Amino acid sequence: MSAPTTPTLLYLDNVTVTFDGFRALNALSLAIDHHEMRAIIGPNGAGKTTMMDVITGKAKPDDGQAVFDGSHDLTALDEATIAELGIGRKFQTPTVFEHHTVEDNILLALKADRRPFSALLSRRDKVERERIDALLERVRLNRHRHRLAAELSHGQKQWLEIGMLLAQEPKLLLVDEPAAGMTDQETADTADLLRDIAKTRAVVVVEHDMTFVRDLGVKVTCLHEGSVLAEGPLDVVSANERVIEVYLGR
Amino acid sequence: MSTIINRQAVVVLVLLALAAIVIPAMNLAAAPGSVFHLSDHLVPLFGKYLCFALLALSVDLVWGFCGILSLGHGAFFALGGYAMGMYLMRQVGSRGVYADPVLPDFMVFLNWKELPWFWEGFNHFPYALLMILAVPGALAFVFGWFAFRSRVTGVYLSIMTQAMTFALMLAFFRNDMGFGGNNGLTDFKDILGFSVQAKSTRIALFVLSVAALAAGYVLCRWVVSSKLGKVVVAIRDAESRTRFLGYHVEQYKLVVFTLSAMLAGVAGALYVPQVGIINPGEFAPANSIEAVIWVAVGGRGTLAGAILGALVVNAGKTWFTGAVPEYWLFALGGLFVLVTLFMPTGILGAADKVWKRLRSRPEDTRGELASQAAE
Ligand SMILES: Nc1ncnc2c1ncn2[C@@H]1O[C@H](COP(=O)(O)OP(=O)(O)O)[C@@H](O)[C@H]1O
Ligand SMILES: [Mg+2]
Repeated sequence: MSAPTTPTLLYLDNVTVTFDGFRALNALSLAIDHHEMRAIIGPNGAGKTTMMDVITGKAKPDDGQAVFDGSHDLTALDEATIAELGIGRKFQTPTVFEHHTVEDNILLALKADRRPFSALLSRRDKVERERIDALLERVRLNRHRHRLAAELSHGQKQWLEIGMLLAQEPKLLLVDEPAAGMTDQETADTADLLRDIAKTRAVVVVEHDMTFVRDLGVKVTCLHEGSVLAEGPLDVVSANERVIEVYLGR
Repeated sequence: MSTIINRQAVVVLVLLALAAIVIPAMNLAAAPGSVFHLSDHLVPLFGKYLCFALLALSVDLVWGFCGILSLGHGAFFALGGYAMGMYLMRQVGSRGVYADPVLPDFMVFLNWKELPWFWEGFNHFPYALLMILAVPGALAFVFGWFAFRSRVTGVYLSIMTQAMTFALMLAFFRNDMGFGGNNGLTDFKDILGFSVQAKSTRIALFVLSVAALAAGYVLCRWVVSSKLGKVVVAIRDAESRTRFLGYHVEQYKLVVFTLSAMLAGVAGALYVPQVGIINPGEFAPANSIEAVIWVAVGGRGTLAGAILGALVVNAGKTWFTGAVPEYWLFALGGLFVLVTLFMPTGILGAADKVWKRLRSRPEDTRGELASQAAE
């Protein structure tokens, strides 16, 4: 069997993940292009988070292929190696390093040599400081840079995590429910930020908030019971009878 | 921004320097009978406390900063001790009871005809020094390589470390292992040509213990204030998040665990000439647990707290075992429960909180939080 390759950035083919016989993903196929932004919708338990687990190496599929950026077989790699290849992930519940300052959270995420001895000897240079400044500016946390991440509000933590993702300079960003728990203003700002990010890299956003998805204005994939139910522009997908039945029309 | 020598480090180093001057002076210069005189047996006793403080420091590095609760660090301490003990045994030479120029007494007693291969080289001090670091380091590396790669964490990892030290204890108890069995290694004569009993040697060993503790402390400060230290704390607080940032968590744990084991080995090596014996009892699982209690009492994740905890608890132990020996274990257990319930951040954490409350004025709380975070 020759190694699979993909012309698209990410290619999932026939991916199946089972938990005790239950198919969280059921022959899921999906392709994300370079610099594409995609919104993923679907009811709770549809398998959206599990799909991200497969892409980031947290879950290993029973069957199927996951290929990234040419010929990297994601199913054979561990989380850290996948992250180094250029896949960044934002979790459903914001996870930042609470005992570190905002600035150090960004520093840790910054693209750099990840080996322990390089970290031991690394010293913050001018380039790195400027990168950190720019990123803090972008996620509007400059004023809070010396505070512990634990002291931030929920919305600020979400943004800090997005800042950390950007610091990694990934080719593909996976963002799981970024608007959850945000105010309307924060939600709109987040949509703006993600659209801006998507100009230079591919972004996959999982979101329940339909206003948010509408704000993004990108191609939508609706998952249901572990496979793709419908795919296309939001208007088309939301007019789909099956989508209305299992998701929108609840 | 982090600096290696912060305010805490200055305090620790100044106090250690003072100890290195004052204690020898009180032993040598003050007239016997004066209140300032320190009797001879107290010098190695304090030296022993310092070795325990270095062991505590090594435990704090893995537990306080990386979240690896090792209940087997006593094994690394004991291995460092045995390496030193083997050097000291080889120095005895023909002055042993059986007067064999090469074989230590216990080997003659067991009717062994030649030195086992792993005793070769220990007559050279530099080789012994190397082994003091290499043997605990290698064990930690191999153990950690398997454990961290298979992602054993939490209680399971702690149990494995206990099993490791327990297995070593059983092995070292056996005569045919070649380490003196039950009795261990003892009856040392001299170290680098100086009699281990001599007052001056004891003073020198005490000062060396202070120096080793200070060096170990600065090394730990360097590690925890580097970017590697930040990664390690990140692993402690959110391991899987750290992986998704591209850090190979197992490599980081391995580095810290191995370094920590080598520190524990040095502590054991300095301990042995000061107490005059090393035996398999040093591998006892309870010893490793005690070391963890010192760190918890002093305040984990602070380095200085580990030193403080080791000194305070061991001073208490000396007093207790003199006055009411049968109650010591109850006192230790009680202390651990009390600290866990009422001082979860240990003595240092509690003191820090009181200090902050006394100092903080409402208008500058923000600035203080910031500078505290920046440290
Ligand atoms: N580790 C797991 N063990 C067992 N079942 C799981 C596990 N992870 C997810 N599932 C199940 O798989 C299904 C899909 O979950 P998930 O991917 O989290 O859905 P979504 O993110 O779309 O809400 C759910 O029914 C969930 O209960
Ligand atoms: Mg989910």
